[in-house]
Amino acid sequence: MSALAAAPTLAHYLVLGAILFAISMAGIFLNRRNVIIVLMAIELMLLAVNLNFIAFSRYLGDMSGQVFVFFILTVAAAESAIGLAILVLLFRNVGSIDVEDLGSLKG
Amino acid sequence: MTFHTFIFYAFAAILVFAALRVITTRNPVQAALWLVLSFFTAAAIWLLLQAEFLAIALVLVYVGAVMVLFLFVVMMLDVNFEALRQQFRSYVPIGALVGALVLLEMTLVIVGSAIGPGTAEPPAPAGGNTAALGRLIYVDYVYPFEIAAVVLLVAIVAAIALTHRERKTSKYQAPGKQVKVKRSERVRLVSLPSETAAAPEAEKAP
Repeated sequence: MSALAAAPTLAHYLVLGAILFAISMAGIFLNRRNVIIVLMAIELMLLAVNLNFIAFSRYLGDMSGQVFVFFILTVAAAESAIGLAILVLLFRNVGSIDVEDLGSLKG
Repeated sequence: MTFHTFIFYAFAAILVFAALRVITTRNPVQAALWLVLSFFTAAAIWLLLQAEFLAIALVLVYVGAVMVLFLFVVMMLDVNFEALRQQFRSYVPIGALVGALVLLEMTLVIVGSAIGPGTAEPPAPAGGNTAALGRLIYVDYVYPFEIAAVVLLVAIVAAIALTHRERKTSKYQAPGKQVKVKRSERVRLVSLPSETAAAPEAEKAP
């Protein structure tokens, strides 16, 4: 109980990031047919990684980690914008967002 | 238990619960709203870590822009989401197994290494988090910062180019077709009989 009552340390934040990452990993498996939820799970994964970056940056006293979080936020915003654009295009052409229906590249 | 610790555990519990609801809820609109809650809670945890600028940026960029985009797309597409969940239960064992394995491995790495619960918290940078981050971005990381701006520009162009639909009713110039045009498509040479010999006689006649 002493580890629970003490002030949060680096390991607390890292374990929280690991839990978040594992949840989103499971989410990708659970909702593997629904592309929208998969995109949301990827956003959650990036959030877990960012949490790790910020915790390390805080506890190791190096601000550079927060700059990388900034860059990850930028790239993630670009990724979700393009991903949703592709999704809209996909729905317009195929009429479905089910991953099972997207086998046209198999030939 | 100090107040700091209490806040950490409270927000961590909310964050984990919201993340679980994101991946298990039936309605994608509700999933997006739970994701908003988890982003808000993560911003609060980042505030605990004294990363004020990034916490505000997370709320502005994600809750303000990305999640609105998600909601917009979910509501715009007319998808039968129930059909997509038909095999949800059959994926639960493999999903839970992989999730538990990932969690176990990461926890083993964290707990078994030197970054255990002994690491002391160093003092915050003087002048505040935002000033220190700004100095770092605009001095040490200025070229990566410019590249990030270019990445955003590329994303804007790509999103517009992908989803833009050409309207049939509007008139516009197509420079590609204009450049490719040949002389034979525009000019037609007609051979007429020469009239130079007859012209002087016509002038004299009246």
